[in-house]
Amino acid sequence: MSFTRRQFIRTATGALAYVSSAAILESAGLAAAKPIKLGNILDKTGGLNIYCLGQIDAIALAVDEINAAGGLLGRPVELLFYDSQSNNQLNAQYAAQALLQDKVDVLHAGVTSSSREVMRPIVHRYRGLYFYNSLYEGGVCDRLFYNTGITPGQQLQVMIPAAVKKFGKKCYIIAADYNYGTITAKWVQKFLRDQGAQDVAVEFFPLDVNNFSPLIARIQQKSPNFVFSALVGAAHMSFYRQYAASGVKKTIPIASGTYGLGLENTQLSPDENEGILVCASYLPAIATPENKAFLDGMNKKYPGKYSYVPEYAEYGYVGVKLWAEGVKKANSVEHEKVIKALDSGTFVHAPSGMVKLDPQTHHVVRDLHLAVGNREQSFTVLESFSQLQPIDTQSVCNLIKEPNTNKQFEIKL
Amino acid sequence: MEQAIIVAYQAVYAIAFLILISLGLAVIFGMMRVINLAQGEFMMLGAYCCNLAVKHGMALWPSFALAALAVGAFGMLIERILIRFLYGRIIDTLLATWGLSIFIVGGTTIIMGPTTESIPAPFGTMTVGGYGVPTYTLFLIAFAVLALIVTYVLLRYTTAGLVARGTMQNPVMAAALGVPPEAVYMLTFGFGSALTGLAGAVIAPLSGVSPTMGGFFIAKMFITVIVGGQMALLGTLSASTIFGGISGTVDYLVNSVVGDICVLVVAIALLRFLPLGITGRFHRGV
Amino acid sequence: MLRAPSRGFGWIPHWSWWAGVAASFASFLALPAFVSEYALLQLSVIAVLSMLGVSEGFLWGFSGILSFGQTAFFGLGGYTYAVAALNSDHTALPLLGAIILPGLLAAIVGYFMIYGRIGEIYVSVITLVVTLILEKTMRATSSDEYVIGSVRLGGQNGIPTVPPLNVPFTADGTLGLTGVYFLSGICLLAIYVGLALALRHRWGRVLVAIRENERRAELLGYDSRIYKLWAFVVAGMIAGFAGALYGIWGNFVSPEMFSLGQSAQILIWVIVGGRTILAGPIVGCAVIQYLTAALGTAAVGQVTLVLGVILMLAVVLFREGVLPAAWSGVHRIQSRLRRAD
Repeated sequence: MSFTRRQFIRTATGALAYVSSAAILESAGLAAAKPIKLGNILDKTGGLNIYCLGQIDAIALAVDEINAAGGLLGRPVELLFYDSQSNNQLNAQYAAQALLQDKVDVLHAGVTSSSREVMRPIVHRYRGLYFYNSLYEGGVCDRLFYNTGITPGQQLQVMIPAAVKKFGKKCYIIAADYNYGTITAKWVQKFLRDQGAQDVAVEFFPLDVNNFSPLIARIQQKSPNFVFSALVGAAHMSFYRQYAASGVKKTIPIASGTYGLGLENTQLSPDENEGILVCASYLPAIATPENKAFLDGMNKKYPGKYSYVPEYAEYGYVGVKLWAEGVKKANSVEHEKVIKALDSGTFVHAPSGMVKLDPQTHHVVRDLHLAVGNREQSFTVLESFSQLQPIDTQSVCNLIKEPNTNKQFEIKL
Repeated sequence: MEQAIIVAYQAVYAIAFLILISLGLAVIFGMMRVINLAQGEFMMLGAYCCNLAVKHGMALWPSFALAALAVGAFGMLIERILIRFLYGRIIDTLLATWGLSIFIVGGTTIIMGPTTESIPAPFGTMTVGGYGVPTYTLFLIAFAVLALIVTYVLLRYTTAGLVARGTMQNPVMAAALGVPPEAVYMLTFGFGSALTGLAGAVIAPLSGVSPTMGGFFIAKMFITVIVGGQMALLGTLSASTIFGGISGTVDYLVNSVVGDICVLVVAIALLRFLPLGITGRFHRGV
Repeated sequence: MLRAPSRGFGWIPHWSWWAGVAASFASFLALPAFVSEYALLQLSVIAVLSMLGVSEGFLWGFSGILSFGQTAFFGLGGYTYAVAALNSDHTALPLLGAIILPGLLAAIVGYFMIYGRIGEIYVSVITLVVTLILEKTMRATSSDEYVIGSVRLGGQNGIPTVPPLNVPFTADGTLGLTGVYFLSGICLLAIYVGLALALRHRWGRVLVAIRENERRAELLGYDSRIYKLWAFVVAGMIAGFAGALYGIWGNFVSPEMFSLGQSAQILIWVIVGGRTILAGPIVGCAVIQYLTAALGTAAVGQVTLVLGVILMLAVVLFREGVLPAAWSGVHRIQSRLRRAD
């Protein structure tokens, strides 16, 4: 975080507060008003921070933009940041601190499923409002919870048919060994079956595995038409490298639901990145005016830091903007009023296209873009699909009919 | 038949990999009885050095040499400012070097950021038993064997090696004969660090380079060296053969979780029946 | 402080020690009136983790066994409580199970190591390997075939719905925030006093004698193996109990409880707080936990950097730990002042 020293203030409670610069507040006439507090708990340090750093910066940018435009309800937004250091115990502690002690008006927190499931009960116990700006396995049905990322059903309903059409009918599935990976693998199998295609094998890998040569030998043995990867994390990145190095990528291409989220494309060589099929809701290459403004904003606030803005950054940005829409509509920060406002058909024109809140599930309807890795360490968009519904969560969750649900459903396939 | 060849190749590769990464710690533990838990981070530093050098236009071989020298120098520095206060206190060294390891991870993340660009593996691909494998793996195997042989020759047949071994056995006598023990300790630790830095550089093209990569390797190195026992090189060779053989075959035939657990269980069994490690009963030799 | 019994009656400590314990207990009871809910939450977790630290300090400082594996019992206790409590609707029996099961594992592993006469460093390695095995196994349980009863083990994510403790004799009452605070504090106190008294009793004295010089103790007729085994099992049970309380505190258990990172934390507490003082790990835990939480909200950048420096300095500069060094510093000042009269 490249905040200037003046922008740090230590609140009486000890949390680290980020306020927009004095210049912004002055010109918006907000300098004197009592701030609205936005709590942000993410991993700035530790093994998971590769997913969080972009989001941390994008959320700060969103707060700046809101303040520059006059704040919310005539008050400035103050960002309270907590570094959970990739440690779940700290997630629990900071969530409690944010709600009990620092009394934040909204919480934007967590990227992993385990952090989310640790924080949701705390949000309920102390009555908070929780935005989870991340891609995850779907199924959370909780009135105090909003998800601004995409879920496997949403993503794969267009990705698998495209992959089968492009590459062929036999697929080798590999995924990270935790619930996101196992659920994604099930969805891949379902969509493959719907296309008359099939999986020749499914394998799961713990997050610290970094030697994939046995796997690559097994892949060659089974001779699929393509490999679908839902691998996650720094260690799993070596798969893409070792796969390209073994020469198999030329005959058996890769499609992946997670490649790019951890900025893998910026770290691999053009050879290693070329040809990998992805389906993302946000790519820097998207040609909307909102995206241009977003990228300009990021480059101006953090010069030289982001040659490639990751998807998670956009999720955080959208999360803050969506919440702000809700507050404006409700004309209050009180949770019940904001929830009612958000559920009355709120949307934003996001850098990735229109993002609409689905009141039935508290998830979002998003555009998705099929893209392929190119030799510039980025992606070229092949095809765009507009306004895809979160069908997986919709099949198990209905908050309109049963508003008191508070559970993560396991979607049966 | 093809299956057997590829399984054998996986096993050989796993053994060579273990030898390569454990060699540095083996020298340091075997010669100096120091357990350096920051050895994984030395590997990470070597990998980063190699990366940066290649990014700035250096060819691959000089980058390896640069990584070895840089990490060797860093190791000597660490020996002077931390390790030398803790000789004989084997548990305290373990803990202090643990602190060092988390310090290095934190520092590297600040300086380099949490990720870094990496370098692709040279040499293209080849086929083994009908399957494509990176030719670089063959190079790694050859390199591991070479490193082992060179270290053995250095320690066993050269004057420097003799002086080092002598100083470790009896520092007072060595001092009486005109050899400064502190210098020998520093150089030996530096040599072990250089070996590990070199290992990090060699594996960099095949695995992701990140500040936390050391953690993936330290447990493997540590267990291999301890189970190997007193004799640095023979112990490491035998332990690597056993563990590498098991993990290479089981990883391929089942999956890597089962492979890892098998290795760990065998490690416990070996320690139970050979409480001083595999070569614990030998008192002489390297 | 627990030193040689120069004062006091045999194994009953001097009244000054009792006064210290009573004073701490009194302030602990009075605290909820003065501090916020959130502070109680933080103090509860410090109390729970201190139990874990005390078990390690007892094992290492007083029995001479450096175990990297207390996390194995910590995690096992947490998971046992979670699985048992979610499967039945009781919480008392699961809590008991969280003490017994880790105790059993400790007995097996301890027997294996101690009766095998395995050397010091190798004991540490074996305990490290045991916790590694448990961690790897638990991380691999994410698909739905890994269920015990009706409870998914959850793999990487752990079990996030651990139920709170039922209050006995009430129909539906469960232990709330203040209740958890009192429970963890009282249990910590009970364990501390229990261990302190045990260490002054004959059993504890023999243990310390074994730590000082195992061969001499054996030549005097004590079978060191049974004493060390008992110490290992007791420490394991305490760690297991701490694990269950941790699950009750946070309402979640996860494979991170088995991790090497957690092992490192425990050792840092013991080193910083002092391993020859039984209360040392409590102080160490409080200091480090507070630092970690505070640093996470400061713009330090990398918390691990600071912790690493602390560990290195503490090991090099303070042989017995920070607290004992401070204590002997105080003594030196005292004696200098006395001599000056």
